Amino acid sequence: MTSTTAAHAADLVAALLFILSLAGLSQHRTSRAGVVYGIAGMALALVATVVVAAQSITAGAVTLIVLAMALGAAIGLWRARQVEMTQMPELIAVLHSFVGLAAVLVGWDSYLEVESHGSAQTRIAADLLGIHHAEVFIGVFIGAVTFTGSIVAFLKLSARIASRPLTLPGKNALNAGALAAFVLLTIWFTVSPNLALMVAVTVLALALGWHLVASIGGGDMPVVVSMLNSYSGWAAAAAGFLLDNNLLIVTGALVGSSGAYLSYIMCKAMNRSFLSVIAGGFGIEAPSAGNEEQGEHREIRALETAELLAQARSVVITPGYGMAVAQAQHPVAELTRRLRERGVEVRFGVHPVAGRLPGHMNVLLAEAKVPYDIVLEMDEINDDFADTSVVLVIGANDTVNPAATDDPSSPIAGMPVLRVWEAEQVVVFKRSMASGYAGVQNPLFFRENTGMLFGDAKQSVEEILQALGTADPRTPEPTGARRTTVAG
Amino acid sequence: MSAHGSTHHPPQRIGVVAESTPGETRVAATPSTVRGLLALGYEVVVESGAGSASGFTDEAYAAAGANLGDAWSADTVLKVNAPSAGEIARLSDGATVVGLLAPAQRPDLLEALSSRPITALALDAVPRISRAQSMDVLSSMANIAGYRAVIEAAHVFGRFFTGQVTAAGKVPPAKVLVAGAGVAGLAAIGAASSLGAIVRATDPRPEVADQVRSLGGEYLAVNVVQETSNDGYAKATSADYDRAAAELYHEQAQDVDIVVTTALIPGRPAPRLLTAEDVAAMKPGSVIVDMAAAAGGNVEGTVPGRTVVTGNGVTIIGYTDLASRLPAQASQLFGTNLANLLKLLTPRQDGRLVIDFDDVVQRAVTVVRAGEITWPPPPVAVSAAPAAQPAGAPAAVEPKKPRLTPAARFGLIGAAMLAMFVLVAFAPAQLAENFTVFALAVVIGYYVIGKVHHALHTPLMSVTNAISGIVVIGALLQIGHESVLVTVLSFVAILLTSVNIFGGFAVTRRMLNMFSTAPERR
Repeated sequence: MTSTTAAHAADLVAALLFILSLAGLSQHRTSRAGVVYGIAGMALALVATVVVAAQSITAGAVTLIVLAMALGAAIGLWRARQVEMTQMPELIAVLHSFVGLAAVLVGWDSYLEVESHGSAQTRIAADLLGIHHAEVFIGVFIGAVTFTGSIVAFLKLSARIASRPLTLPGKNALNAGALAAFVLLTIWFTVSPNLALMVAVTVLALALGWHLVASIGGGDMPVVVSMLNSYSGWAAAAAGFLLDNNLLIVTGALVGSSGAYLSYIMCKAMNRSFLSVIAGGFGIEAPSAGNEEQGEHREIRALETAELLAQARSVVITPGYGMAVAQAQHPVAELTRRLRERGVEVRFGVHPVAGRLPGHMNVLLAEAKVPYDIVLEMDEINDDFADTSVVLVIGANDTVNPAATDDPSSPIAGMPVLRVWEAEQVVVFKRSMASGYAGVQNPLFFRENTGMLFGDAKQSVEEILQALGTADPRTPEPTGARRTTVAG
Repeated sequence: MSAHGSTHHPPQRIGVVAESTPGETRVAATPSTVRGLLALGYEVVVESGAGSASGFTDEAYAAAGANLGDAWSADTVLKVNAPSAGEIARLSDGATVVGLLAPAQRPDLLEALSSRPITALALDAVPRISRAQSMDVLSSMANIAGYRAVIEAAHVFGRFFTGQVTAAGKVPPAKVLVAGAGVAGLAAIGAASSLGAIVRATDPRPEVADQVRSLGGEYLAVNVVQETSNDGYAKATSADYDRAAAELYHEQAQDVDIVVTTALIPGRPAPRLLTAEDVAAMKPGSVIVDMAAAAGGNVEGTVPGRTVVTGNGVTIIGYTDLASRLPAQASQLFGTNLANLLKLLTPRQDGRLVIDFDDVVQRAVTVVRAGEITWPPPPVAVSAAPAAQPAGAPAAVEPKKPRLTPAARFGLIGAAMLAMFVLVAFAPAQLAENFTVFALAVVIGYYVIGKVHHALHTPLMSVTNAISGIVVIGALLQIGHESVLVTVLSFVAILLTSVNIFGGFAVTRRMLNMFSTAPERR
């Protein structure tokens, strides 16, 4: 066993550990073990690589590695401890951009090591040189798209720029043109590699990444974030091809394809074509239709809502991004606890694209200590709405829009939604009558069994809690003995 | 009715009158619904003694903010039953009268109403759309009547509903059959099963089975012979259905102790469900409540408004005023439905009644407008009936993504395989190996998270993000080689990816530690 074969073996074990890690993360029961596998795999890969690298570089360089890692670890752990759960989407977007940038840097390094020496280079066998040129180019391209795409996603998620989709004229032509230009540049670079082309492809990819994500609205961010996750994997895989490193290829491909699958789940949830999302051109075409008022909405106050809840048999809460913005998850969890103590059945219905990150709502509710077995997904709860006394829609809009099923001309037609309107009573927590991210008016608000509770979601829920506190708590009745007569 | 421009109107008055129909115990407003009417900006006048049969005193109305006085002269008069000819004469010109007017059955009443320059709103003409549910008096009353039907039966029935084992012996539970699982039927099922009886229910609509079960009843399906169900002739099926149903009723009649029938067909006599023969087959002491008595009855031998006992000791109750037998409850629900209607008719909450004929609900309830008959309303426009559209919507979306035929699918897969084959076969050895690893890893990545739990999307994403920090290896292999520039770039790359790796794993762990099942469960 030489140190090289040992390193290869370590690579294989690390790759297997990563597979176990992803598999573990698919289920609650095994999720913690999954993280441990991931950490073990990563540690093994890093140690093996550093040991091999240390043999051919100076002690100074090793020191630099340790320094960079220590610094990175400190920053990473600090951010991970500090981050608010409502800011998870931003954090993940930033982390994606790091992977993208790192892939760009690795590509440039490789260029500097090989191509910049022209025919004087000695590292790559002559017959593989052309392939190497292409790999450098592709690696830099994917990395740069991921980098700027993630930056834009971060800026949109943290509201540093408007989340409204950017609609440049002929945006699809721009994207397609950029891709065509990339193919041409790649061929040119393979024939005669030079610095100007490297700069050109980097700038082109940075611009493309920016444009791709900028033309997608804030409401579609769950898909975007998961798509960027996938891109960051492909960037790593490209780096693996470049450096002929199987561990990088395997890991990158794992992340890339699992990320793509997650995006696919999101797309299905929004009834959008997967291909058009990958291509970034799926922003909604200026939705002008359906913006007119559709009737009278009815206001309801916190006090009345509390009365409704106190008399309810079963309650379903459908949270959306508004709950995250208002940081209302803790009062909502408290409300859940209080209602459950009174014997009211409380469940959560989470739409796959609620929030700004796949599974965002689940993380927020978990943070607030809502037991995860009452947090159900759309398909699990959709048939139960008809049998539900009260639905609380907290900061959700497009995901509960009946127009998606009722109005074939609606921009969100065909998107599966939570059928909250089938419940006896719906209370919508909202700041104002403004439309959601899709820019579509929501007929739910004008239904006769819908009450609008205007104001900050957190404050509203706290008022309800207060009102519930003053009402006399019902004596808990023995299970099964209570029957409510049904009207309608 | 033109809206004139002056801005200062005195508030309109709403009159709540006493009912004159014999046996009617309900009243169109209760002290609590009076408060709702006052909140809409109206003045409310209550006829003295209007609520006494329901247990609401004049003082209670006064305490709620109503005046006592001449309610018939008010701008809007609220009633339960249709006004008599004498009462119509007492209405002031331009007044609006609201109540149960049965416009389809009482053309004479519409004539009488239209002889005066008044507007009449029929509460029983509220369309059955979900938006109008809060004004649906018929549902409210049916709910009460269904409950009362069971109470009446229990009153006559000589035994317990619930089964008991006592020191004095074992008591079997009563068996109740409810025919028809509409609002009234469901209320009866709920009431009977909460008293402890064994409840069975029939209904031609199999989709109500779940509702029956949710209230503790057992749904009895009518087993229609299979081959007739696909010949498409509704009449033939119906005849077969009737025959099978008759068998079912005959069989059940011999077994159950109590039968509550609720079958009504709008505008037609009630269908006959139990024949004299079925009744004769019942056990002595059994009770039948025929809730369709007013429409001719579901049971042979029913006398509307009366209780009769058959020769074999079966009591048939034909009360037509079941809802009125729960006066306080009925008045409360009736009054609330009315208040909801007035809320719709008072869009500015300024105490002024406005009828908007473009609104389906308002159009439907208005049977006489300013002395002119406006019944029947035009058929409900399609745009207002979203229920019909969902069926169309998927069809419109479908053509966008046609499913691949098996042949096309195999073709596509074959082409992809061929492309991979060519790519690897003609590539240099090193690239071929890389491709092999890559392709297999892509497939594994897809399958390994195939069944990911939806709650774990975010943790999964942050862990894959941490793992994609593996790109650090590239930088590790490059640092210290070549120029200073390479080392600097590598240093930056290592720094960034380390943030990624450590941050990603740490934040995933943090998230997973928050997930818990029912921490407050004892």
